[in-house]
Amino acid sequence: MSPTLTRPRLGPDKRRAVRIGPFSGVVRTRQLLVPVVALVAVVVVSAVSMGRGDYPIGVVDVLRTLVGLGDPTQQFIVTELRAPRVVVGVLVGLALGLSGALIQTFARNPLASPDTLGINAGASAAAVAVIVLGGGTAGGGQLLGGLGLPLAALLGGLTTALLIFGLAWRKGVDGYRLILVGIGLSAVGIAAVDYLLTRSTIQDATAATVWLTGSLNGRTWDQAWPLGLVLLVLVPVALACSRQLGVLQFGEETARALGVRVGPTQAVVVLVAVALAAVSVSAAGPVAFVALVVPQVAVRLVGGSRPPLLASALLGALLVVSADLLTRTVLPVALPVGIVTAVVGAPYLLWLLVRGRRALT
Amino acid sequence: MTAVLSHPTDLRSTAPRVRLAAERVRLAYGDHVVVDDLDIELLDGSFTVVVGPNGCGKSTLLKALGRLLRPDSGQVVLDGKPIAKTPTREVARTLGMLPQTPVAPEGLTVADLVARGRHPHQSWLRQWSHDDEDVVAEALAWTDMAELADRPVDALSGGQRQRAWISMALAQGTDLLLLDEPTTYLDLSHQIDVLELVARLHAERGRTVAVVLHDLNLAARYAQRLVAMKDGVVVASGTPHEVLTEQLLADVFDLEARVIDDPVSGTPMVVPVRRLR
Repeated sequence: MSPTLTRPRLGPDKRRAVRIGPFSGVVRTRQLLVPVVALVAVVVVSAVSMGRGDYPIGVVDVLRTLVGLGDPTQQFIVTELRAPRVVVGVLVGLALGLSGALIQTFARNPLASPDTLGINAGASAAAVAVIVLGGGTAGGGQLLGGLGLPLAALLGGLTTALLIFGLAWRKGVDGYRLILVGIGLSAVGIAAVDYLLTRSTIQDATAATVWLTGSLNGRTWDQAWPLGLVLLVLVPVALACSRQLGVLQFGEETARALGVRVGPTQAVVVLVAVALAAVSVSAAGPVAFVALVVPQVAVRLVGGSRPPLLASALLGALLVVSADLLTRTVLPVALPVGIVTAVVGAPYLLWLLVRGRRALT
Repeated sequence: MTAVLSHPTDLRSTAPRVRLAAERVRLAYGDHVVVDDLDIELLDGSFTVVVGPNGCGKSTLLKALGRLLRPDSGQVVLDGKPIAKTPTREVARTLGMLPQTPVAPEGLTVADLVARGRHPHQSWLRQWSHDDEDVVAEALAWTDMAELADRPVDALSGGQRQRAWISMALAQGTDLLLLDEPTTYLDLSHQIDVLELVARLHAERGRTVAVVLHDLNLAARYAQRLVAMKDGVVVASGTPHEVLTEQLLADVFDLEARVIDDPVSGTPMVVPVRRLR
C-alpha cells in the first residue's frame, strides 16, 4: 500500500472512541490538539496585545489584571481601554472562521465564504449608506461607536443572505447555485458602495473606507457584548450541526437515504453561517480573507475531509488578534486589521497548498 | 402487452409479506412525467432486479421507493405504513439506498465513510457507541475492506470504492437495500465482484434487495425476480426465465436476439442479433 499522495501529510490519525457519561463520540488526536494549541495561542497573543500601547504592561501583569489582581491603573487600562478591542477581535475571528467552515462544507466548495457570497458586500452597502446618508448620527469616528452602524450592517448582511437563499432555493440549495447567486449579489452590493462613496463628502468617504477594510480601532464593550451574546447562541447551534454536515457532504440523495432531513438542516446551516458573518461585519467591518482562508488552513492542520468547525473558529480568532497585534506594534502605521489578515493569510494558504499537494476541498 | 404486476397471490399464511410497495405511483420531474400509474411489490427476503432501456424510469422508480422522490400521486408503502408519513430517520434505519455513482468528499477515509452509515442510529449525545464501533468493524471485514480502512476513498479503484459504499450500506444495518446501477463504470470482473457481494448480502445476511442493472445477462444470473420496464410501465415481472424472452427483448429493447441457457448458471442468456427499427 502506498497511499502517500493523498493522505494528509502529518501521518495517520486513528479514530478513538470515547465515552463521558451519556456522551459517546469519536476523537482524533489532531482534532483535539489543534483547537487546544490554538486556544492557548489566542490567550497568549491576546494578553500580549493588551499589554502593548503607550503604557506597556507585561504579559503576567495583564493576566493578573484579568483575574482581578492588578493595580487600579492597570485595571482601568486593560479592562476598559484595551480588552474590548481584543475581545471584539477574538469574537470576530471566531465568527468568521466558523462561518467560512460552515459555508465551505455546505457548498462543497473552498471558494465559498461570506466574502464571495456577498454577505459582506450587503452589510457594507448598508453601513456605508448610514455613514454617507447620515441617518441622524453622522459625524466621523463617533458614528462608528454608535448603535446605528452595526445595526445597519447586520440588517444589510441578513437581507442579502435571505435574498441569496431565496434566489438559490429550488427544493433545496445547490452549492454552485448558491455561489453564483452570491457572486451576483456581491457585485450589486459593491456597486452600491461605490455609488454611495462618489456621492459622499470627503470626511464621510474616509470614515467609510476605514470601516470597509475592517478595523478594530476604537472598539468598546458596546460592540463586544452584543457580539458575544449572539455567538453564545450561534456557536453551539453550529457545532451541533457538525454530524449532519458530515453526511450532507455526500450530496442530498445519499444524505437523505442516511436519515438527514436535508431541507431543514441546510436552512439552519446557511442561516447560522450568514448570521455569524453579519454580526462580525457589524462589529468590525468586513475583515477580509479570514472566512475564506482559515477553514482551508484548519482542514490541512487537522486532516479529514472537511474544515473542522471548532479548529476553524479558534484559528480565525488567532488570525484576527495576531493581525491586530501586528498592526499596532511591528508596522510603522496602524493599518486596519483587515489589510493584515489578507496579507498574512494569503501567503500562508499558498504555502500550505504548495506543501500539501492536496487539492482544494 | 398487459402488465404483470406481481406474483400470483398466495393465500397461505406463510407467504412472504410485502416489505416495500409502490401503489399506483405517478413520478415526474416538473411537468415531465416519467412513471405513471405503476405498481410494484418487494417481498420479504427477495432479490429483485429491475431492467429496462435508458430513460424507462427505473432509476426514478428506485428513488421513489427510497423516499428520495415524492410521487405526484399514489404512494409508497414501507412495512404497511405510507413512507411519506414515516420520519426520515426511521426510514433510514429500515431502508438503505445507494444512488448511482455516489460521491465521497476528498480526503474521507474508508473507515469514516463506513462510520457515517451509522448516522440514523446516532443522536446528538450518542454520537458513537461501542455498538457502532463493532458494526463498522464487522462491515469492513465482511466486505474485505478492513485493510483499506485508513485509505482515502478517492484513492481507491472503482471496484474498491463500490465495495466501500456497500460496506457503508451494510453498516447502516437496514434489512432493505436499494442499489441504483452499482456496477456502472466497472470492468466485468469487478461487476461480478460487486454483484457477488450483493448476492451474499441477500443470501447470508437475509437482506431484501432491489437492484437496477443494465446488463441483462448479469441481471438474469443474480435476480430471483426480474422486472422489465419500458416508458415508465412495468412490462413483465417474474423469474428470469419467464421475463427474458425473445419477444420481450424485441418489445422492450427493440432488439432481435436469441435467448439461450447460460452454460454456467443455467439462467437465460441474451445473444444480440441486431437492433430492430
